[in-house]
Amino acid sequence: MNTLAVLAVLAVSLVTLAVGAVGLRISRTTSDFYVASRAVGPVLNASAISGEYLSAASFLGVAGLVLLRGVDMLWYPVGWTAGYLMLLVFVAAPLRRSRAYTLPDFAEFRVESLPARRVASALVVLIGLLYLVPQFQGAGLTLSALTGSPTWVGAMVVALVVLANVVSGGMRSITIAQAFQYWLKLVALLTPLVFLLRRWLDTGAVHAHLDSRAWVEPMQGPHSTYLVYSLILATFLGTMGLPHVVVRFYTNRDGHAARRTTVTVLGMLSAFYLLPTMYGVLGRVYASDLIASGRTDSVVLELPRRILGGTGGDLLTALLGAGAFAAFLSTSSGLVVSVGGVLGQDLLGRWLGGVPAFRVAGVLAVAAALVLTLLSSGLAVAHAVELAFAVAASTFCPLLLLGIWWRGLTAPGAVAGLSVGGILSSSAVLTVMLGGAPSGWLGAVVTQPALVSVPAAFASMIGVSLLTRAHLPAHLARTLVRLHTPEDLDLDRGSYHPENARS
Amino acid sequence: MTPPEAEPGPRPQRVVVTSPRVGRRRPTTIASEIDAQSTVGEVYMRSLMRIQLRLALTVVGLLAATVGVLPLVFRLSSGVRRMHLLGVPLPWLVLGVGVYPVILALAVFYVRRAERIEADFTDMVGRERGPS
Repeated sequence: MNTLAVLAVLAVSLVTLAVGAVGLRISRTTSDFYVASRAVGPVLNASAISGEYLSAASFLGVAGLVLLRGVDMLWYPVGWTAGYLMLLVFVAAPLRRSRAYTLPDFAEFRVESLPARRVASALVVLIGLLYLVPQFQGAGLTLSALTGSPTWVGAMVVALVVLANVVSGGMRSITIAQAFQYWLKLVALLTPLVFLLRRWLDTGAVHAHLDSRAWVEPMQGPHSTYLVYSLILATFLGTMGLPHVVVRFYTNRDGHAARRTTVTVLGMLSAFYLLPTMYGVLGRVYASDLIASGRTDSVVLELPRRILGGTGGDLLTALLGAGAFAAFLSTSSGLVVSVGGVLGQDLLGRWLGGVPAFRVAGVLAVAAALVLTLLSSGLAVAHAVELAFAVAASTFCPLLLLGIWWRGLTAPGAVAGLSVGGILSSSAVLTVMLGGAPSGWLGAVVTQPALVSVPAAFASMIGVSLLTRAHLPAHLARTLVRLHTPEDLDLDRGSYHPENARS
Repeated sequence: MTPPEAEPGPRPQRVVVTSPRVGRRRPTTIASEIDAQSTVGEVYMRSLMRIQLRLALTVVGLLAATVGVLPLVFRLSSGVRRMHLLGVPLPWLVLGVGVYPVILALAVFYVRRAERIEADFTDMVGRERGPS
């Protein structure tokens, strides 16, 4: 048991809780969070976005997948970065200008339909839970690697810290906590790497495991062309449809600021994603036994002890543990806030007031994610996250792209596309999570459904919209003015405001 | 890149006469044409959306041509697959490092162009506002 590491994890959790407690005194209502955050500067805001985005999959999962399967896995971080480029060119400014807080807000505003809003809400909950599960899994895995505790303990710790934070209402403070967590994650991954690489180069350790052709050379596995392109489609298009990513865009002052912030985020993500690959390669040299024992996800945490050992190794492991917990806490907080917000407003809002509904919904979201975590242990962390990306790419990506750039989108079209994409991708996800993926081509399609489900969603959204032209939204022209014209022009942008819609 | 003053767009004053909304109020500026959802206003909105969409698709095209083709290149050419640069296998270097500056450059290119398009649009629509 590494006492230093336990202390580091405790410190990160306490700091997160403390920042949340300070926020409690400042912010009382839901809109406090959004409105107050709009005073946030671009670098702080970009740090917060990156801090929220870099999850367990980025901090632990990528290195584990690289160790296990080699160069093709580098498409994960590439895709998670390029996803922000897609978000930038198609969505960032118009989404900010729409003044929607959440994806259901956007759906309701754009196609002027309550059923479309409900379907979008259900999908936010689904994607949010799919994304929460790997965070909890990663926490369990990390704490068990550090202390030997059973895996549910770490999941419980993260769940409780997130709950305490979100339920106490410290939502505004999340911006500051998440910005801090980006820099913590970067330092926590970079510092040990410097020492580890120096030791590797000094000793010139064996390269035996680096020579396997299937690992070193790209595109070697069966169905690799399909699998890699499907992964590319899911990650490039999925980012824009993640509920916790979209909420963050409201914290920009206007459309211009949304674009500038996104470019800064791209720089921060690029800097971070240079690091996990190296851990994967080092893992291949020093920790290839993790492949046989099925514990590749913990390679990042294992390396300092194996390569350096002693107090130095313990210190660096503690730093990595702190960084990993920062990843779980920041991403989980963001997800619980957005899932809780949607659940509270669309499901519980009828019986409870705004803030109590939000708190109950937060508890429900965390509890559901915990149960799913216990049921689905054994799935690689990065792959579980990737499934959430596939669902987002098959549902909200078509809604956003067509909603912003195509006049023809109707409410029935939106509902049809969301349903077809959601059902196709989530049935594939369920099959994988329950361990029932068949072999051969069908298995490839089920493990990476995006290349099938994304075109199907687009086709049904466009097709049904064309068949229901009579249902074009009444305020379409005003909506498009709001989405596309710069804020400094004095134009009539219609009256929609999410605060009025959410009652 | 033409300076905004040299924009050869249609002169709005001339079309105002044909506006269908003369009965309610007399639109004299592009901003009011857009507010009134007149044909002229629609033309301006459509052209703004078309230019922005074309820019976005250009960026996607460039991304596909640089990053998107890599799996195919690796698949088809065993030479590229096994090439080394500075002692590191080329695919690792490209996917682990080289792709990121390309993505960043595309982002910067996009933001500059998009902001310019909007500045031109503001000039065109805003210039007409003033004493009328």
